[in-house]
Order: sequence, then C-alpha cells, then structure tokens
Amino acid sequence: MKQVFSAFALLKQGLAGQRGWREQWRSPEPKSAYDAVIIGGGGHGLGTAYHLASEHRLANVAVLEKGWIGGGNTGRNTTIIRSNYLFDESTALYDHALKLWEGLSQVLNYNVMFSARGVMMLAHTVHDVQIIKRHVHANRCNGVDNEWLTPKEAKAFCPPLNVEDNIRYPVMGAALQRRGGTARHDAVAWGYARAADTLGVDIIENCEVTGILRDAAGHVEALETSRGLIRTRKIGVCAAGHTSVIMNRVGVRLPLESFPLQALVSEPIKPVLPCVVMSNGIHAYVSQSDKGELVIGAGTDAYTSYTQRGALHVNTHTLEAICELFPTFRRLQMLRNWGGIVDVTPDRSPIIAKTPVPGLYVNCGWGTGGFKATPGSAQVFAWTIAKDEPHPINAPFTIERFRDGTLIDEAAAAAVAH
Amino acid sequence: MLLIECPYCGVRPELEFVYGGEAHIARPAAEAKATDAQWADYLYARTNTRGVHAERWRHTRGCGRFFNALRDTMTDQFVATYRIGEARPADAAPEGNP
Repeated sequence: MKQVFSAFALLKQGLAGQRGWREQWRSPEPKSAYDAVIIGGGGHGLGTAYHLASEHRLANVAVLEKGWIGGGNTGRNTTIIRSNYLFDESTALYDHALKLWEGLSQVLNYNVMFSARGVMMLAHTVHDVQIIKRHVHANRCNGVDNEWLTPKEAKAFCPPLNVEDNIRYPVMGAALQRRGGTARHDAVAWGYARAADTLGVDIIENCEVTGILRDAAGHVEALETSRGLIRTRKIGVCAAGHTSVIMNRVGVRLPLESFPLQALVSEPIKPVLPCVVMSNGIHAYVSQSDKGELVIGAGTDAYTSYTQRGALHVNTHTLEAICELFPTFRRLQMLRNWGGIVDVTPDRSPIIAKTPVPGLYVNCGWGTGGFKATPGSAQVFAWTIAKDEPHPINAPFTIERFRDGTLIDEAAAAAVAH
Repeated sequence: MLLIECPYCGVRPELEFVYGGEAHIARPAAEAKATDAQWADYLYARTNTRGVHAERWRHTRGCGRFFNALRDTMTDQFVATYRIGEARPADAAPEGNP
C-alpha cells in the first residue's frame, strides 16, 4: 500500500514514536520475464522506469543496478540545474527538464529540495563577454530566461564574489539564469525509486548484466545477469560511464569515451554563497549545499578511465580559481573528494535513441552534466522505449548524427565540457 | 598524478604529457570510396575499453614525440609504453571488456 508523506503523516508518526514507517521500496527477487528492463539504477534509469509505468502503463518493468541505486553519478555530481544552452535542440531538451524539476517534489510526493537560487556564469575576457552575451540572446529567443549582469550587479546578487580588477582573470560581467539552481541528488534517486516501486516496478540491486541475447531476427530477447536469465523484448541502457561496456557486448560501437570527473566539498559553514557560480573560462563550479558545505566541481582527467578517482592537480587547479574569485574561502578546509565516470560524446550532447539492435535503446553521453536533465531525459527516453520511436524533443539526439554530420555541438559553443 | 615512461626520455610526471586518445585506429585507405559510416567509425566511434587499453600520448613538454602505451583503465597502471610504428606488445593481456 502506498505510504504518503505529508505533514499529517509526520504528526501521526511522531505521536506513534516514529515506529510506523515502512521501507520506501521493495527488494524483490528478479522475475523470469519483464515487458521492459532498464539497465542502470541512477536518476535517469529510475525515472525512465517511473515514466514507463505511470505514463505508458507498462505493468511489468524492472530496473537492474550493478551496485546500489543512486551510487553512481547521481550520488556523485554537484547537483547544478540550468537550461541556458546555446542550440535550439539542447535548449528544448534541458528546459523540458527544468520545467519538470519545478513540480517534481509534488509529482513524486518526495522532497527533492529543488532550489531555484539562480545560476551565474562569469565572463573574464572579451571573448567570454561576447560568447556569453550570445548565449543570453539565444536563450531569450528560445523563451528561456537568462540575463546579462555588470560586475557591480553580479556582486549585488552574489556578495562574496571578488569583482576587483586586480586579479588574474577579473570578472567582466556574468549571465544569470534565475530559474536555475540545485536539488538534492540522493532524493532524486530515492523519490523516483519509491514512485516507480509503488506502480509495480521491480528495483533489483546488486544485479550485473553480463550478456544480451538476441533471437534469430536479431531482436533482443533476454539478459544474462549475475542473478539469472531475464527474458524481455525491450531493453533501455542508462549506464552512464559504463555504457560502452554493455554496448560492446552486442557489437555496437558508440562515439563515447569515459573519463573520471572529480568533485569535492568543504567543511560545513553558515550560509555564505546565495547562488550557483560557474566559470567555464577559469574552470570553477561552486554552490553551497543546505548542509552548509561548499560543493565544488573539478574537471575531468585527461585520459579515459573507469577507476572513479582522479589526480590531485585537477582539483588544485579548480581550488586556485575559486580562491581567487572568493578570497574569503581561502581559510576553508576541504572535507572529502571523489570521482565519477562520465561518458563523453565528441559534440558534448547526449544520445537518447534507438540503436541498430531492435528492442535495444540507449540513453548516454551526458558527459559532465547529466544530472540537470534527469526528469526530462527520463520522460523522453520512456516515450522512445514505449513507442519504439523518439519523442520530438529527443529526435535530434541520435547515434546517426555522427554519420550524417548533424552534430549538436555544445562542445564548441561552451569551449569546455559543460 | 600518473608517472609515465616516455620510450625516449624515461619516467616523467603526467603534466609533461598530452593524452592522444585510442591508438591503432587506421584511417580509411580508399578515402574517395569510404562511406559516411566508415568515416564516422574512424572519426568518432571508440572501443572505450574497460581493461587494458592501447592509447597514444605525446611528450609535449619533453621530447615532443608521440608514442603508444598500454594502460589498465580499471587501475590506471601502465602495462607498457612503445614507439610509434612498433607492434602492440604481445605479452599484454588481450584488449576487450572483461
């Protein structure tokens, strides 16, 4: 039976000594067959299963997760949410997600702590100013909020920011997307898991896919897993950094490379940073969590790897930039750092598409910025799996765009990973 | 930071090098006849190996030369480095996803 979270439920449980809460989702044994199976229990995979059950009425769906749900990039990213991309296709995809973020807590009956505190992107050179203004205008033409701030206006919105002109890369202005912000990453995985489970989706953890079997016509028919054979005619791959490992098993080579991406947090302090601040130019990404830690995103290492750790000089580079922008942060100690494995495409746009193998669908290539797209990605990927054709929003995000030359080149637009 | 053995200069810190991506990817021989799919495979598709990976590095801040390396992407340990034009060392574990 559904366990509704509300002020009334909290009061009732408080009076009962908090002993009546039940587990938020089941831990079922895998069945022998499903209508559809999602590989990967992160936000994108769990969200896809939720939409398959809620929107497309597939009764018999499973999510297979090699480790524990939300233990990959969903639990490792820096939770920045924004939709201020340059190209029309990207804006449509990311703004679709942002609109879903705004109501997600209510839809899932789970507080994902979405906080539209504003995302500020800094310009440090004349080139930065030109390209960021171009982004602002492109966004406004597409109906996405974004505005240009002078250094003085940026300082007023974000008081700890150093806008003096005596630093190595002075702030020459900034773009501000007020609807952007952050959310609680773990709650996104848990909220989708609970909502999907309530609709009958089996969430199976500690279950690694070791093979994909196809019938005589080439259509997928079953999965070999560490917990036995599972029959299904529809498979959705949401395996982020490990997508190539799974797709190589059915002989599909993708334009993906997996890199370690690091993040770190400081010791918790009182509220000091009111918004998200990003600088592509000097590579700094920082926000403050509701716990008080500064959450800092560093860069990717230069080489492909599956180790979930990176080199210290990558973090040092980011911290030097942040200390220059926020001199008051110099005395803070860093509490912990970690890495995740991100799958990067040549144009830095994702692939959400059918594959050459009938019945096999893939949602990958989110690179360093997939968290922000979670609700939108999940919704259009579920559509693609259920109807065997892409939703209009993800139709441009094919594998074939690399063959046909129809790239969505956000890599060139941002000049760095984004 | 990795320590990388340049076949010309010896062991040096990673910051002296630039990564050059997957090694041994051959450009289509008959360029005029190659299909769009063959070009896409050459330009963009990668094995993205989880395990021993053959890759190029360039000793940019040293001798400036390209060379190849075998590195285990599950541990980041180098198995071997070898010069451009030399065959992939035979004693290394076979490439492919475990």
